[in-house]
Amino acid sequence: MTDMAWIDAALTAARPQVLGALLRYFRVLDTAEDAYQEACLRALKTWPVKGPPRDPAAWLIFVGRNFALDEARRRNKQTGLPDEDDMAPEPQDTQAELADRLDESQYRDDILRLLFVCCHPELPATQQIALALRIVSGLTVKEIARAFLVGESAMEQRITRAKARITAADVPFETPGAPERAERLAAVSTMIYLLFNEGYSATGGNAHVRVPLCEEAIRLSRLLLRLFPGNSEIMGLLALLLLQHARAGARLDTENNIILLEDQDRSRWDSGLIAEGLALVEKAIRHRRVGPYQIQAAIAAVHSQVKNAAETDWAEIDRLYEVLEAIQPSPVVTLNRAVAVSKLRGPGDALAMIEPLAKKLEGYFYLFGVKGTLLIQLGRNEEARTAFNRAIALANTAAEAAHIRLHLDRLQKDSAPKAGHA
Amino acid sequence: MLYSILCYESEALAAGRTKQEDDAMMGRLANVLVKFKGEGKLGPVARLMPTTTATHIRSGKEAAIIDGPFAETKEQLLGFYVLDCPSLEDAIAAAKLLAAEKSHGTLEIRPVAVFNPVEPSL
Repeated sequence: MTDMAWIDAALTAARPQVLGALLRYFRVLDTAEDAYQEACLRALKTWPVKGPPRDPAAWLIFVGRNFALDEARRRNKQTGLPDEDDMAPEPQDTQAELADRLDESQYRDDILRLLFVCCHPELPATQQIALALRIVSGLTVKEIARAFLVGESAMEQRITRAKARITAADVPFETPGAPERAERLAAVSTMIYLLFNEGYSATGGNAHVRVPLCEEAIRLSRLLLRLFPGNSEIMGLLALLLLQHARAGARLDTENNIILLEDQDRSRWDSGLIAEGLALVEKAIRHRRVGPYQIQAAIAAVHSQVKNAAETDWAEIDRLYEVLEAIQPSPVVTLNRAVAVSKLRGPGDALAMIEPLAKKLEGYFYLFGVKGTLLIQLGRNEEARTAFNRAIALANTAAEAAHIRLHLDRLQKDSAPKAGHA
Repeated sequence: MLYSILCYESEALAAGRTKQEDDAMMGRLANVLVKFKGEGKLGPVARLMPTTTATHIRSGKEAAIIDGPFAETKEQLLGFYVLDCPSLEDAIAAAKLLAAEKSHGTLEIRPVAVFNPVEPSL
Protein backbone atom coordinates (compact mmCIF):
# COMPACT_ATOMS: atom_id res chain seq x y z
CA MET A 1 0.00 0.00 0.00
CA THR A 2 1.94 3.03 -1.25
CA ASP A 3 -0.64 5.75 -1.19
CA MET A 4 0.34 9.38 -1.48
CA ALA A 5 -0.45 10.05 2.19
CA TRP A 6 2.09 7.41 3.19
CA ILE A 7 4.75 8.83 0.87
CA ASP A 8 4.07 12.30 2.16
CA ALA A 9 4.40 11.18 5.79
CA ALA A 10 7.54 9.17 5.00
CA LEU A 11 9.22 12.12 3.25
CA THR A 12 8.36 14.47 6.12
CA ALA A 13 9.56 12.01 8.74
CA ALA A 14 12.82 11.31 6.91
CA ARG A 15 13.60 14.95 6.19
CA PRO A 16 15.82 15.84 9.20
CA GLN A 17 17.85 12.64 8.93
CA VAL A 18 18.32 12.88 5.15
CA LEU A 19 19.16 16.59 5.11
CA GLY A 20 21.48 16.09 8.08
CA ALA A 21 23.40 13.33 6.29
CA LEU A 22 23.56 15.27 3.01
CA LEU A 23 24.82 18.31 4.89
CA ARG A 24 27.58 16.18 6.38
CA TYR A 25 28.61 15.01 2.89
CA PHE A 26 28.43 18.34 1.07
CA ARG A 27 28.79 20.86 3.89
CA VAL A 28 26.73 23.45 2.04
CA LEU A 29 23.10 23.89 3.04
CA ASP A 30 21.88 24.79 -0.45
CA THR A 31 23.56 21.76 -2.02
CA ALA A 32 22.02 19.50 0.63
CA GLU A 33 18.58 21.02 0.11
CA ASP A 34 18.76 20.67 -3.69
CA ALA A 35 19.85 17.04 -3.33
CA TYR A 36 17.01 16.34 -0.91
CA GLN A 37 14.47 17.98 -3.24
CA GLU A 38 15.65 15.89 -6.16
CA ALA A 39 15.55 12.71 -4.09
CA CYS A 40 11.97 13.49 -3.07
CA LEU A 41 10.93 14.08 -6.67
CA ARG A 42 12.42 10.73 -7.65
CA ALA A 43 10.71 9.07 -4.69
CA LEU A 44 7.36 10.44 -5.83
CA LYS A 45 7.97 8.91 -9.27
CA THR A 46 9.48 5.62 -8.18
CA TRP A 47 7.75 4.56 -4.96
CA PRO A 48 4.19 4.38 -6.30
CA VAL A 49 5.42 2.04 -9.07
CA LYS A 50 8.03 -0.09 -7.32
CA GLY A 51 6.65 0.05 -3.82
CA PRO A 52 8.21 1.78 -0.82
CA PRO A 53 11.85 1.04 0.00
CA ARG A 54 12.74 -0.87 3.15
CA ASP A 55 14.33 2.22 4.63
CA PRO A 56 13.00 5.45 3.09
CA ALA A 57 15.67 7.65 4.72
CA ALA A 58 18.56 5.52 3.44
CA TRP A 59 17.00 5.48 -0.04
CA LEU A 60 16.69 9.27 -0.07
CA ILE A 61 20.23 9.81 1.21
CA PHE A 62 21.62 7.43 -1.41
CA VAL A 63 19.70 8.98 -4.31
CA GLY A 64 20.29 12.55 -3.12
CA ARG A 65 23.99 12.00 -2.68
CA ASN A 66 24.41 10.49 -6.14
CA PHE A 67 22.48 13.36 -7.66
CA ALA A 68 24.68 15.98 -5.99
CA LEU A 69 27.87 14.14 -6.99
CA ASP A 70 26.68 13.93 -10.61
CA GLU A 71 25.89 17.62 -10.55
CA ALA A 72 29.34 18.45 -9.21
CA ARG A 73 31.00 16.27 -11.83
CA ARG A 74 28.98 17.88 -14.58
CA ARG A 75 29.99 21.32 -13.39
CA ASN A 76 33.63 20.32 -13.15
CA LYS A 77 33.62 19.02 -16.72
CA GLN A 78 32.16 22.31 -17.90
CA THR A 79 34.71 24.40 -16.08
CA GLY A 80 37.53 21.97 -16.72
CA LEU A 81 38.52 21.80 -13.10
CA PRO A 82 38.67 18.16 -12.03
CA ASP A 83 38.84 18.42 -8.25
CA GLU A 84 36.90 15.31 -7.38
CA ASP A 85 39.38 14.50 -4.67
CA ASP A 86 37.97 17.34 -2.65
CA MET A 87 34.48 15.99 -2.97
CA ALA A 88 32.81 13.40 -0.81
CA PRO A 89 33.90 9.80 -1.49
CA GLU A 90 32.69 7.84 -4.51
CA PRO A 91 29.19 6.44 -4.12
CA GLN A 92 30.36 2.87 -4.54
CA ASP A 93 28.42 1.47 -1.61
CA THR A 94 25.00 0.05 -2.20
CA GLN A 95 21.91 1.30 -0.50
CA ALA A 96 21.89 -1.62 1.93
CA GLU A 97 25.48 -0.99 3.00
CA LEU A 98 24.70 2.66 3.46
CA ALA A 99 21.71 1.83 5.62
CA ASP A 100 23.84 -0.41 7.78
CA ARG A 101 26.42 2.27 8.28
CA LEU A 102 23.81 4.84 9.28
CA ASP A 103 24.05 3.73 12.83
CA GLU A 104 22.15 5.52 15.52
CA SER A 105 24.95 7.72 16.82
CA GLN A 106 25.88 9.05 13.41
CA TYR A 107 22.44 10.14 12.32
CA ARG A 108 21.87 11.49 15.80
CA ASP A 109 24.77 13.88 15.37
CA ASP A 110 23.67 14.64 11.80
CA ILE A 111 20.25 15.80 12.94
CA LEU A 112 21.63 17.66 15.92
CA ARG A 113 24.10 19.44 13.64
CA LEU A 114 21.31 20.36 11.24
CA LEU A 115 19.27 21.80 14.10
CA PHE A 116 22.30 23.52 15.56
CA VAL A 117 23.20 25.14 12.25
CA CYS A 118 19.78 26.80 12.36
CA CYS A 119 20.29 28.28 15.80
CA HIS A 120 23.75 29.63 15.30
CA PRO A 121 24.45 32.24 18.01
CA GLU A 122 25.07 34.90 15.37
CA LEU A 123 21.43 34.71 14.25
CA PRO A 124 18.71 36.62 16.10
CA ALA A 125 16.03 34.37 17.61
CA THR A 126 13.40 35.14 14.97
CA GLN A 127 15.80 34.11 12.21
CA GLN A 128 16.76 30.93 14.06
CA ILE A 129 13.13 29.92 14.30
CA ALA A 130 12.34 30.80 10.68
CA LEU A 131 15.36 28.83 9.50
CA ALA A 132 14.51 25.78 11.60
CA LEU A 133 10.93 25.79 10.34
CA ARG A 134 12.15 26.02 6.76
CA ILE A 135 15.05 23.58 6.89
CA VAL A 136 14.22 21.03 9.58
CA SER A 137 10.42 21.07 9.53
CA GLY A 138 10.19 21.73 5.81
CA LEU A 139 7.42 24.34 6.04
CA THR A 140 7.12 26.49 2.93
CA VAL A 141 8.25 30.11 3.02
CA LYS A 142 4.59 31.04 2.57
CA GLU A 143 3.54 29.03 5.65
CA ILE A 144 6.32 30.57 7.75
CA ALA A 145 5.51 34.07 6.51
CA ARG A 146 1.88 33.54 7.51
CA ALA A 147 2.92 32.31 10.97
CA PHE A 148 5.06 35.40 11.51
CA LEU A 149 2.57 37.77 9.86
CA VAL A 150 5.06 39.13 7.37
CA GLY A 151 4.98 39.17 3.58
CA GLU A 152 6.30 36.19 1.69
CA SER A 153 9.12 38.10 0.00
CA ALA A 154 10.21 39.62 3.32
CA MET A 155 10.39 36.12 4.83
CA GLU A 156 12.22 34.79 1.78
CA GLN A 157 14.79 37.53 2.28
CA ARG A 158 15.07 36.87 5.99
CA ILE A 159 15.78 33.19 5.36
CA THR A 160 18.25 33.88 2.56
CA ARG A 161 20.11 36.32 4.76
CA ALA A 162 20.17 33.84 7.64
CA LYS A 163 21.57 31.14 5.37
CA ALA A 164 24.30 33.46 4.11
CA ARG A 165 25.30 34.23 7.66
CA ILE A 166 25.62 30.62 8.74
CA THR A 167 27.56 29.77 5.58
CA ALA A 168 30.02 32.50 6.53
CA ALA A 169 30.18 31.28 10.12
CA ASP A 170 31.75 27.79 9.81
CA VAL A 171 30.11 25.06 11.84
CA PRO A 172 32.52 22.19 12.52
CA PHE A 173 31.61 18.94 10.81
CA GLU A 174 33.66 16.50 12.85
CA THR A 175 31.74 14.27 15.20
CA PRO A 176 31.23 16.49 18.23
CA GLY A 177 32.75 15.66 21.60
CA ALA A 178 30.61 15.50 24.71
CA PRO A 179 30.97 19.21 25.63
CA GLU A 180 30.15 20.37 22.09
CA ARG A 181 27.18 18.02 21.98
CA ALA A 182 25.85 19.38 25.26
CA GLU A 183 26.33 22.93 24.00
CA ARG A 184 24.46 22.15 20.77
CA LEU A 185 21.65 20.48 22.66
CA ALA A 186 21.25 23.54 24.89
CA ALA A 187 21.11 25.93 21.92
CA VAL A 188 18.63 23.73 20.07
CA SER A 189 16.44 23.34 23.17
CA THR A 190 16.32 27.11 23.58
CA MET A 191 15.29 27.55 19.95
CA ILE A 192 12.49 24.99 20.33
CA TYR A 193 11.35 26.69 23.55
CA LEU A 194 11.26 30.08 21.78
CA LEU A 195 9.36 28.58 18.85
CA PHE A 196 6.77 27.23 21.27
CA ASN A 197 6.51 30.57 23.09
CA GLU A 198 5.93 32.32 19.79
CA GLY A 199 2.94 30.04 19.25
CA TYR A 200 1.79 30.01 22.88
CA SER A 201 1.46 33.77 23.20
CA ALA A 202 2.11 35.47 19.93
CA THR A 203 4.13 38.66 19.91
CA GLY A 204 1.90 40.30 17.36
CA GLY A 205 -1.13 40.02 15.16
CA ASN A 206 -4.69 38.95 15.72
CA ALA A 207 -4.29 35.33 16.69
CA HIS A 208 -3.20 35.11 20.32
CA VAL A 209 -2.39 31.42 20.10
CA ARG A 210 -0.83 29.92 16.98
CA VAL A 211 -1.38 26.22 17.31
CA PRO A 212 0.75 25.12 14.33
CA LEU A 213 3.86 26.71 15.84
CA CYS A 214 3.20 24.96 19.15
CA GLU A 215 2.68 21.63 17.39
CA GLU A 216 5.86 22.06 15.39
CA ALA A 217 7.83 22.81 18.57
CA ILE A 218 6.41 19.65 20.14
CA ARG A 219 7.32 17.64 17.05
CA LEU A 220 10.91 18.92 17.18
CA SER A 221 11.28 18.21 20.88
CA ARG A 222 9.92 14.69 20.33
CA LEU A 223 12.57 14.26 17.63
CA LEU A 224 15.25 15.49 20.01
CA LEU A 225 14.15 13.18 22.82
CA ARG A 226 14.07 10.18 20.47
CA LEU A 227 17.72 10.97 19.71
CA PHE A 228 18.66 11.49 23.38
CA PRO A 229 16.19 9.32 25.28
CA GLY A 230 18.11 9.48 28.56
CA ASN A 231 18.46 13.27 28.75
CA SER A 232 16.29 14.49 31.60
CA GLU A 233 16.25 18.15 30.52
CA ILE A 234 14.87 17.23 27.09
CA MET A 235 12.26 15.08 28.87
CA GLY A 236 11.49 18.22 30.88
CA LEU A 237 11.28 20.37 27.76
CA LEU A 238 8.88 18.02 25.98
CA ALA A 239 6.82 17.58 29.16
CA LEU A 240 6.59 21.35 29.60
CA LEU A 241 5.40 21.89 26.03
CA LEU A 242 2.86 19.05 26.24
CA LEU A 243 1.43 20.28 29.56
CA GLN A 244 1.16 23.88 28.33
CA HIS A 245 -0.26 22.91 24.96
CA ALA A 246 -2.85 20.66 26.64
CA ARG A 247 -4.63 23.84 27.73
CA ALA A 248 -4.77 25.37 24.23
CA GLY A 249 -8.44 24.52 23.72
CA ALA A 250 -9.45 26.26 26.97
CA ARG A 251 -7.35 29.40 26.84
CA LEU A 252 -9.57 31.47 24.54
CA ASP A 253 -13.34 31.80 24.36
CA THR A 254 -15.34 31.74 21.12
CA GLU A 255 -14.67 35.45 20.63
CA ASN A 256 -10.92 34.93 21.10
CA ASN A 257 -10.91 36.54 24.54
CA ILE A 258 -8.25 35.30 26.94
CA ILE A 259 -9.49 33.01 29.71
CA LEU A 260 -7.13 32.98 32.70
CA LEU A 261 -5.87 29.70 34.11
CA GLU A 262 -8.13 29.92 37.18
CA ASP A 263 -11.24 30.48 35.04
CA GLN A 264 -10.57 27.82 32.41
CA ASP A 265 -12.95 24.92 31.86
CA ARG A 266 -10.55 22.16 32.85
CA SER A 267 -12.63 19.48 31.18
CA ARG A 268 -11.44 21.02 27.93
CA TRP A 269 -7.79 20.38 28.70
CA ASP A 270 -6.32 17.58 26.58
CA SER A 271 -6.02 14.69 29.02
CA GLY A 272 -3.86 12.63 26.65
CA LEU A 273 -1.19 15.31 26.42
CA ILE A 274 -1.33 15.84 30.19
CA ALA A 275 -0.88 12.12 30.89
CA GLU A 276 2.17 11.95 28.63
CA GLY A 277 3.60 15.16 30.12
CA LEU A 278 3.17 13.86 33.67
CA ALA A 279 4.79 10.53 32.76
CA LEU A 280 7.81 12.39 31.38
CA VAL A 281 8.12 14.67 34.43
CA GLU A 282 8.07 11.66 36.72
CA LYS A 283 10.66 9.88 34.64
CA ALA A 284 12.92 12.94 34.43
CA ILE A 285 12.86 13.54 38.19
CA ARG A 286 14.18 10.00 38.78
CA HIS A 287 17.44 11.12 37.16
CA ARG A 288 18.08 13.64 39.94
CA ARG A 289 19.69 16.11 37.57
CA VAL A 290 17.55 19.17 38.07
CA GLY A 291 17.31 21.74 35.28
CA PRO A 292 15.14 24.70 34.36
CA TYR A 293 12.90 22.84 31.90
CA GLN A 294 12.19 20.09 34.39
CA ILE A 295 11.21 22.61 37.05
CA GLN A 296 8.98 24.55 34.70
CA ALA A 297 7.40 21.25 33.68
CA ALA A 298 6.92 20.34 37.33
CA ILE A 299 5.13 23.66 37.90
CA ALA A 300 2.89 23.03 34.89
CA ALA A 301 2.28 19.52 36.27
CA VAL A 302 0.98 20.91 39.58
CA HIS A 303 -1.65 22.90 37.68
CA SER A 304 -2.51 19.97 35.41
CA GLN A 305 -3.33 17.66 38.27
CA VAL A 306 -6.04 19.66 40.02
CA LYS A 307 -9.62 19.57 38.87
CA ASN A 308 -10.44 23.12 39.94
CA ALA A 309 -8.31 26.18 40.51
CA ALA A 310 -9.17 26.51 44.22
CA GLU A 311 -7.34 23.25 44.99
CA THR A 312 -4.05 24.44 43.46
CA ASP A 313 -1.06 23.65 45.65
CA TRP A 314 0.43 27.16 45.64
CA ALA A 315 2.97 26.24 48.32
CA GLU A 316 4.45 23.60 46.04
CA ILE A 317 4.47 26.05 43.11
CA ASP A 318 6.21 28.66 45.27
CA ARG A 319 8.83 26.06 46.30
CA LEU A 320 9.46 25.12 42.66
CA TYR A 321 9.83 28.76 41.62
CA GLU A 322 12.27 29.23 44.46
CA VAL A 323 14.46 26.45 43.03
CA LEU A 324 14.10 27.91 39.54
CA GLU A 325 15.13 31.35 40.83
CA ALA A 326 18.21 29.76 42.37
CA ILE A 327 19.40 27.91 39.27
CA GLN A 328 18.22 30.39 36.65
CA PRO A 329 17.71 33.83 38.23
CA SER A 330 15.53 36.06 36.08
CA PRO A 331 13.07 38.89 36.79
CA VAL A 332 10.41 37.01 34.80
CA VAL A 333 10.77 34.00 37.12
CA THR A 334 10.44 36.29 40.16
CA LEU A 335 7.34 37.87 38.63
CA ASN A 336 5.76 34.46 38.20
CA ARG A 337 6.71 33.49 41.73
CA ALA A 338 5.00 36.63 42.96
CA VAL A 339 1.70 35.28 41.63
CA ALA A 340 2.15 32.16 43.76
CA VAL A 341 3.13 34.31 46.75
CA SER A 342 0.00 36.45 46.35
CA LYS A 343 -2.12 33.29 46.67
CA LEU A 344 -0.13 32.08 49.69
CA ARG A 345 0.64 35.21 51.66
CA GLY A 346 -1.52 37.87 50.06
CA PRO A 347 -1.15 40.68 47.51
CA GLY A 348 0.96 42.92 49.79
CA ASP A 349 3.89 40.48 49.97
CA ALA A 350 3.63 39.83 46.25
CA LEU A 351 3.68 43.52 45.42
CA ALA A 352 6.77 44.03 47.57
CA MET A 353 8.42 41.22 45.61
CA ILE A 354 7.83 42.79 42.21
CA GLU A 355 8.62 46.42 43.12
CA PRO A 356 12.38 45.87 42.57
CA LEU A 357 11.64 44.45 39.09
CA ALA A 358 10.18 47.72 37.80
CA LYS A 359 13.35 48.82 36.09
CA LYS A 360 14.30 45.51 34.49
CA LEU A 361 10.81 44.80 33.21
CA GLU A 362 9.71 48.32 32.37
CA GLY A 363 8.65 47.22 28.87
CA TYR A 364 7.07 43.92 29.93
CA PHE A 365 3.31 43.61 29.48
CA TYR A 366 2.84 40.95 32.16
CA LEU A 367 4.54 42.98 34.90
CA PHE A 368 1.85 45.65 34.65
CA GLY A 369 -0.95 43.12 34.28
CA VAL A 370 0.13 41.37 37.50
CA LYS A 371 0.81 44.66 39.29
CA GLY A 372 -2.64 46.03 38.39
CA THR A 373 -4.33 42.87 39.62
CA LEU A 374 -2.46 42.98 42.96
CA LEU A 375 -3.27 46.66 43.43
CA ILE A 376 -6.99 46.00 42.88
CA GLN A 377 -6.83 43.29 45.53
CA LEU A 378 -5.32 45.87 47.88
CA GLY A 379 -8.06 48.35 47.00
CA ARG A 380 -5.58 50.77 45.46
CA ASN A 381 -7.75 51.32 42.40
CA GLU A 382 -6.19 54.53 41.14
CA GLU A 383 -2.71 52.97 41.02
CA ALA A 384 -4.23 49.85 39.46
CA ARG A 385 -5.68 51.96 36.69
CA THR A 386 -2.25 53.46 35.96
CA ALA A 387 -0.70 49.98 35.82
CA PHE A 388 -3.40 48.64 33.50
CA ASN A 389 -3.09 51.64 31.19
CA ARG A 390 0.61 50.92 30.93
CA ALA A 391 -0.17 47.24 30.24
CA ILE A 392 -2.54 48.13 27.38
CA ALA A 393 0.17 50.23 25.79
CA LEU A 394 2.53 47.21 25.96
CA ALA A 395 0.02 44.53 24.88
CA ASN A 396 1.36 42.23 22.16
CA THR A 397 -1.97 41.11 20.74
CA ALA A 398 -5.52 42.39 20.50
CA ALA A 399 -6.58 39.64 22.92
CA GLU A 400 -4.14 40.86 25.58
CA ALA A 401 -5.33 44.44 25.21
CA ALA A 402 -8.98 43.37 25.38
CA HIS A 403 -8.30 41.39 28.53
CA ILE A 404 -6.79 44.40 30.30
CA ARG A 405 -9.62 46.61 29.09
CA LEU A 406 -11.97 44.25 30.91
CA HIS A 407 -10.17 45.03 34.19
CA LEU A 408 -10.38 48.76 33.48
CA ASP A 409 -14.10 48.52 32.73
CA ARG A 410 -14.65 46.67 35.99
CA LEU A 411 -12.70 49.37 37.86
CA GLN A 412 -14.90 51.97 36.20
CA LYS A 413 -18.07 50.14 37.26
CA ASP A 414 -16.80 49.62 40.81
CA SER A 415 -15.93 53.25 41.25
CA ALA A 416 -19.20 54.64 39.82
CA PRO A 417 -21.66 53.41 42.52
CA LYS A 418 -19.12 54.16 45.25
CA ALA A 419 -19.04 57.76 44.07
CA GLY A 420 -22.83 57.76 44.24
CA HIS A 421 -22.84 56.55 47.86
CA ALA A 422 -20.38 59.16 48.99
CA MET B 1 -8.98 -18.56 21.77
CA LEU B 2 -7.79 -15.07 22.71
CA TYR B 3 -5.66 -13.37 20.10
CA SER B 4 -3.69 -10.20 20.63
CA ILE B 5 -3.25 -7.91 17.67
CA LEU B 6 -0.09 -5.88 18.20
CA CYS B 7 0.37 -2.61 16.30
CA TYR B 8 3.87 -1.79 15.18
CA GLU B 9 4.68 1.43 13.43
CA SER B 10 7.61 3.76 12.92
CA GLU B 11 7.32 6.30 15.69
CA ALA B 12 8.84 9.00 13.48
CA LEU B 13 6.07 8.42 10.96
CA ALA B 14 3.39 8.39 13.65
CA ALA B 15 4.73 11.67 15.05
CA GLY B 16 4.49 13.16 11.56
CA ARG B 17 0.69 12.84 11.56
CA THR B 18 -1.19 16.01 12.38
CA LYS B 19 -3.69 15.91 15.24
CA GLN B 20 -6.57 16.01 12.74
CA GLU B 21 -5.16 13.06 10.80
CA ASP B 22 -4.58 11.13 13.98
CA ASP B 23 -8.04 11.88 15.36
CA ALA B 24 -9.60 10.83 12.05
CA MET B 25 -7.71 7.53 12.07
CA MET B 26 -8.57 6.75 15.69
CA GLY B 27 -12.20 7.50 14.85
CA ARG B 28 -12.21 5.01 11.99
CA LEU B 29 -10.56 2.38 14.20
CA ALA B 30 -13.19 3.00 16.89
CA ASN B 31 -15.88 2.13 14.34
CA VAL B 32 -14.23 -1.24 13.76
CA LEU B 33 -14.14 -1.82 17.51
CA VAL B 34 -17.87 -1.11 17.73
CA LYS B 35 -18.38 -3.92 15.23
CA PHE B 36 -16.18 -6.30 17.27
CA LYS B 37 -18.07 -5.42 20.42
CA GLY B 38 -21.35 -6.17 18.67
CA GLU B 39 -19.96 -9.62 17.84
CA GLY B 40 -18.99 -10.14 21.47
CA LYS B 41 -15.28 -10.63 20.77
CA LEU B 42 -13.76 -7.36 22.01
CA GLY B 43 -11.28 -7.58 24.90
CA PRO B 44 -8.99 -4.89 26.39
CA VAL B 45 -7.48 -2.35 24.01
CA ALA B 46 -4.44 -0.24 24.84
CA ARG B 47 -2.73 2.65 23.15
CA LEU B 48 0.78 2.97 24.47
CA MET B 49 2.45 6.32 25.04
CA PRO B 50 5.52 7.07 22.89
CA THR B 51 8.65 5.06 23.64
CA THR B 52 10.26 8.25 24.96
CA THR B 53 8.14 7.72 28.08
CA ALA B 54 9.39 4.13 28.46
CA THR B 55 11.69 2.80 31.15
CA HIS B 56 13.36 -0.58 30.80
CA ILE B 57 14.44 -2.85 33.59
CA ARG B 58 16.94 -5.44 32.50
CA SER B 59 17.25 -8.45 34.73
CA GLY B 60 20.68 -9.45 35.90
CA LYS B 61 22.80 -9.53 39.01
CA GLU B 62 21.68 -6.00 39.59
CA ALA B 63 18.63 -4.87 37.64
CA ALA B 64 19.65 -2.17 35.13
CA ILE B 65 17.26 0.69 34.43
CA ILE B 66 17.36 2.07 30.91
CA ASP B 67 15.47 4.98 29.36
CA GLY B 68 13.80 5.14 26.01
CA PRO B 69 13.07 2.50 23.41
CA PHE B 70 14.49 -0.95 24.02
CA ALA B 71 16.50 -0.87 20.82
CA GLU B 72 16.83 1.37 17.83
CA THR B 73 14.34 -0.49 15.66
CA LYS B 74 12.45 0.88 12.71
CA GLU B 75 9.03 0.11 14.12
CA GLN B 76 7.87 0.24 17.72
CA LEU B 77 4.97 -1.34 19.56
CA LEU B 78 2.40 1.45 19.79
CA GLY B 79 -0.62 -0.42 21.10
CA PHE B 80 -2.59 -3.65 21.09
CA TYR B 81 -6.05 -5.19 20.96
CA VAL B 82 -7.22 -8.42 22.55
CA LEU B 83 -9.95 -10.26 20.64
CA ASP B 84 -11.76 -13.52 21.30
CA CYS B 85 -11.81 -15.33 17.95
CA PRO B 86 -12.78 -18.92 17.13
CA SER B 87 -9.83 -19.39 14.75
CA LEU B 88 -6.67 -17.80 13.40
CA GLU B 89 -8.55 -17.24 10.14
CA ASP B 90 -11.08 -15.21 12.04
CA ALA B 91 -8.38 -13.23 13.85
CA ILE B 92 -6.67 -12.48 10.53
CA ALA B 93 -9.97 -11.25 9.10
CA ALA B 94 -10.41 -8.98 12.14
CA ALA B 95 -6.87 -7.64 11.86
CA LYS B 96 -7.44 -6.90 8.18
CA LEU B 97 -10.41 -4.71 9.11
CA LEU B 98 -8.14 -2.72 11.44
CA ALA B 99 -5.32 -2.57 8.90
CA ALA B 100 -7.69 -1.10 6.31
CA GLU B 101 -8.17 1.96 8.52
CA LYS B 102 -4.45 2.62 9.05
CA SER B 103 -2.19 4.23 6.49
CA HIS B 104 0.93 2.32 7.52
CA GLY B 105 2.54 0.09 10.08
CA THR B 106 2.37 -3.63 10.76
CA LEU B 107 -0.08 -5.69 12.77
CA GLU B 108 1.17 -8.84 14.45
CA ILE B 109 -1.27 -11.49 15.61
CA ARG B 110 -0.12 -13.40 18.69
CA PRO B 111 -2.33 -15.93 20.45
CA VAL B 112 -2.62 -15.08 24.14
CA ALA B 113 -1.49 -17.63 26.68
CA VAL B 114 -3.39 -16.48 29.74
CA PHE B 115 -1.37 -15.95 32.89
CA ASN B 116 -3.73 -14.70 35.55
CA PRO B 117 -2.57 -16.08 38.90
CA VAL B 118 -4.14 -13.03 40.49
CA GLU B 119 -7.55 -11.64 39.68
CA PRO B 120 -6.91 -8.32 37.86
CA SER B 121 -8.39 -5.28 39.56
CA LEU B 122 -8.87 -3.20 36.39
